Amino acid sequence: MFKRQYLPILVTVGLFVLVFLAGSFRYTGFFSLQVLTNLLIDNAFLLIVAVGMTFVIVSGGIDLSVGSMVALTTMLSATLVEQQGWPPSVVIPLVLAFGCLYGFGMGAIIHYFNIQPFIVTLAGMFLARGLCYIISINTITINDSFYKDMAMTKIQLPGGSFVSISVIIALAVVLLALYLAHYTRFGRNTYAIGGSEQSALLMGLPVARTKMLVYAFSGFCSALGGVVFTFYMLSGYGLHAVGLELDAIAAVVIGGTLLTGGVGYVAGTFFGVLILGVIQTIINFEGTLSSWWTKIVIGVLLFLFIILQRVINVRASKMKVI
Amino acid sequence: MTEQNPILDMRGIHKRFTGVVALKDVKFRLFPGEVHALMGENGAGKSTLIKVLTGVHDINEGTVTMEGKQLAISSPLEAQEAGITTVYQEVNLCTNLSVAENIFIGREPRRFGRILWKEMNRRAEQLLAERLNVSIDVTLPLASYSVAVQQLVAIARALNISAKVLILDEPTSSLDANEVRELFTVMRKLKEQGLAILFVTHFLDQVYEISDRISILRGGEFVGEYLAAELPRIDLVLKMIGKDLHLLAELPKSGSKEESRNGEAFLQASSLGRKGAIEPYDLNIARGEIIGFAGLLGSGRTESARLLFGADRADAGELTVEGTGGKIDSPRQAIRQGIAFCSENRKTEGIIADLTVRENIVLALQASRGWFRTISRKRQDEIADEYIKALNINPKNPEQLIKNLSGGNQQKVLLARWLLMEPKLLILDEPTRGIDIGAKAEIQKLVLALSRKGMSVLFISSELEEVLRVSDRIAVLRDRHLVKMMTAEEMSHENVMKAIAGG
Repeated sequence: MFKRQYLPILVTVGLFVLVFLAGSFRYTGFFSLQVLTNLLIDNAFLLIVAVGMTFVIVSGGIDLSVGSMVALTTMLSATLVEQQGWPPSVVIPLVLAFGCLYGFGMGAIIHYFNIQPFIVTLAGMFLARGLCYIISINTITINDSFYKDMAMTKIQLPGGSFVSISVIIALAVVLLALYLAHYTRFGRNTYAIGGSEQSALLMGLPVARTKMLVYAFSGFCSALGGVVFTFYMLSGYGLHAVGLELDAIAAVVIGGTLLTGGVGYVAGTFFGVLILGVIQTIINFEGTLSSWWTKIVIGVLLFLFIILQRVINVRASKMKVI
Repeated sequence: MTEQNPILDMRGIHKRFTGVVALKDVKFRLFPGEVHALMGENGAGKSTLIKVLTGVHDINEGTVTMEGKQLAISSPLEAQEAGITTVYQEVNLCTNLSVAENIFIGREPRRFGRILWKEMNRRAEQLLAERLNVSIDVTLPLASYSVAVQQLVAIARALNISAKVLILDEPTSSLDANEVRELFTVMRKLKEQGLAILFVTHFLDQVYEISDRISILRGGEFVGEYLAAELPRIDLVLKMIGKDLHLLAELPKSGSKEESRNGEAFLQASSLGRKGAIEPYDLNIARGEIIGFAGLLGSGRTESARLLFGADRADAGELTVEGTGGKIDSPRQAIRQGIAFCSENRKTEGIIADLTVRENIVLALQASRGWFRTISRKRQDEIADEYIKALNINPKNPEQLIKNLSGGNQQKVLLARWLLMEPKLLILDEPTRGIDIGAKAEIQKLVLALSRKGMSVLFISSELEEVLRVSDRIAVLRDRHLVKMMTAEEMSHENVMKAIAGG
């Protein structure tokens, strides 16, 4: 049976297919598996970050610190590996744990002091970005062989195309998140809190723990996104991933998640990221257009999606079953 | 029944908020297999007692014993685990989740941490069918169902948590007569299954229809516990109010003020309508006239009033004010024409919870003057004092935050806000819902007094008695049609009921 609540995500998938087909007709060489896998390769870090953001937004919050967290992760990784000479096998778990803790801390402040997530994560954003420059104001290039291997390794797919290890990591995160969101209590509690925190509390759900875990998960995702971004850039730099949080939010919303919380899909976010990627790709193929056109198209799309969600909501509220 | 041991026994409960004593030495008992009504006016302490019982508030003194064991409940979760669950007036579920999830969330059937959706849906269907006689698609979001169904889902959730004590807090205020009957059927069934039900309501009829026992609170103190069959209605009311008040009898009957009305038309609606909300209707309101709107919930009462105020845009017909003509298509215009609208959702559309009583009162007046012509603080204080006295708002402190007032007093503050505007037409949508008898009578009296001074009033209420008492004419609505305009001569309980029922 078709369910009305799946309409936004169908629109997202449909839009992606449409844009991809449009590109395929317009440009020769666009319609190939490699263009598709490149989408994933170039946006693996965004995908990971957006997955974490999905949970936060579904819970009714927002996390503005993710972009800075990515930058801080690249910085920490670069300085520890290159300047301190620590092995990657220590550095990577360390930065992931740091991301978790950072998110958990913000979640705790949000919950226990009852402060809007917007302002807490805004503070977190400035703090993380500032910490980058404490480490260095310059780019730190990474020459470590493990990072280089991770960056260079190509996994061959049938048909001659390939993906990077980052893509495997990102897809694993998506699968994990799908499971978390739909088949665990943590996931369902997140949806419940987004629907009505007050109700969730009165239903006896562990609101405090869930909220803090949501931000910890987002912190983890942004740190992991940072690790993947380090593979991609092979450097640490305080100006990495500026504005990434906004791309992530855009991807989540285009993916059909309501900013008011309670409704959203990890799968939608996956396609939201792909849509952002495919627009970028088309503008690259066009050749003559400035890359700022990406922003213009994303802006228009966001408007359309917000209006679409509103329309669906209004219609749904008029169509009560009983 | 009294030979049994109570399943729940609360003794010597004291609860103080900063500076205010909300409960003073209150006791309450609940036996298995009974419906026990908790009665009291607004501010009597009913809500506080329930919040204490469900762990929302801690108590300062006293003991709560459940099945012989003393409980220290400090969170809703602990209350649930002890077998106490509450279904509130505003359903506290997550409407974005499916019906099945709302019943099971937090206790979903799982294997190795993985939620078994099929099993959960099956059990939800079974639970609803077997214990509540409800058969609905449990995979749809709860938001697709009406409040009545949502309440049943909330009850199902309580049952699944193996509740022994079920608290129903004003469950019937937003249900229509049919839905109430269904709810009572369910309650009787649950009673037979041995559940102890604590029932809070303002409707006396319902108390006597369903309850075995009645406990009364007044001003935070325990008045007494009675068997429903042995407590005459009038005694119940007297014990709730606490003094010999025949407020309702004092009110002049509507016909008696016929002469004060000069018959001059104030507002004229012809074929005014809006698709999906209300079919086109005609309505004339004279100066000083009180028009009652009667009809079931969802019959289009509020919808038609919103058209008159321009809160929704009419897509058919014309609205003429004092012969000036033209449509009112925004609340701003309506206010400029002297129309005021007191909404039924005082929590969401009326009060600003974090402002003081004074600020809430002067809000609309200030807005109409524009924000650059401020009302002096001295004038504000005068206004606030005047209306607090005139409407008998309690507590008599204009600097109290309005969220700390009881529902009835919040309603009076809202009323003060609009009266201050000296409107020519006051639209009151369910002004007495969820407030106690004393406050109801005061508001009714006030409405009559205002109309005598020449203010027109549109009075919407679910309580027929009330509409009959205050109105000069009654518009009866049914299924989004205005089906009948009744004059004072035609107005009787029976006639209005017939018109509402139709057929």
